[in-house]
Amino acid sequence: MRRLLIWAPLALFALVFALVAGGLIKPADRTIHSAMVGKPLPALAMKPLLATKPGIDSAALKGKPRLLNVFASWCIPCIAEAPQLLKLKQAGVEIDAIAVRDTPEAVQGFLQRNGDPYARIGDDPTGKAQIALGSSGVPETFIVNSRGEIVDQHIGDIRADDIPGILAKLEAAK
Amino acid sequence: MRRLAILLALLAAGPVLADSNRPAAPLAYSQLPDATQEARAKALMETLRCLVCQGQSIADSDAEMAGDMRALVRERIAKGEQPAAIRSYLIQRYGDYVTYDPPLSWVTAPLWIAPLLLLIIGLLLARRLFRKGAE
Repeated sequence: MRRLLIWAPLALFALVFALVAGGLIKPADRTIHSAMVGKPLPALAMKPLLATKPGIDSAALKGKPRLLNVFASWCIPCIAEAPQLLKLKQAGVEIDAIAVRDTPEAVQGFLQRNGDPYARIGDDPTGKAQIALGSSGVPETFIVNSRGEIVDQHIGDIRADDIPGILAKLEAAK
Repeated sequence: MRRLAILLALLAAGPVLADSNRPAAPLAYSQLPDATQEARAKALMETLRCLVCQGQSIADSDAEMAGDMRALVRERIAKGEQPAAIRSYLIQRYGDYVTYDPPLSWVTAPLWIAPLLLLIIGLLLARRLFRKGAE
């Protein structure tokens, strides 16, 4: 018993070492995934932000798969994402948007500078729709299937190499 | 001269703003008029995690999203909703991660059981040691 106990401190050290090394080599995933993936879209009735585009009524977001993009004109990764969204639009994808804590003038300027991929833009002045979706930042993109259920969530800006995967998921969401 | 130029350039550089251009939600920074309702809202806000800062509660955080969440909590409390219902609304959206008061489940069971187990082990150890001393 005693002879075995001698090794206990070393074993404890090895355990702590493995724990710390593990955390350094493979840090824990700190992104917050929405728990709404796999559930129907929450009820959203959002006023249009721009006079030229309709707002968002979640009951109407059915019939074909689409992307629901949570964005803001004050968000810098959203600028990086804009060309990719335009490519998706050219591929025939319908993209609706939730503009978080934004103003019509700022969004108008953003769309003029970066292109306009959106079919609808809902106004979310106090982040209520963002919270209803379980989104915790901008940009985030939800893939909604033809029955109006959320099937996937893309956190962060969409990059060029994400596009094939997103198109495949949209195809599967028909 | 070059150093001075670099220094001046650094002084002139503004931080990149990643905040919106809109004022905060009305109830993000102002209390509810009813003191008992405000106390319930405050107690709830102290046990909800700010999702942007991750180490703070929404009551402590100055992040815009925490302000939106405070406004949501206060609005719902003012409408007479129970704090537990508001907490479960947020858990439905963000998972247990959003609450600092984790519900009892198979994953969180060790959190609740471990202290009891340690206490029992300690008591057993103490009993053995004191018996030895008495002999």
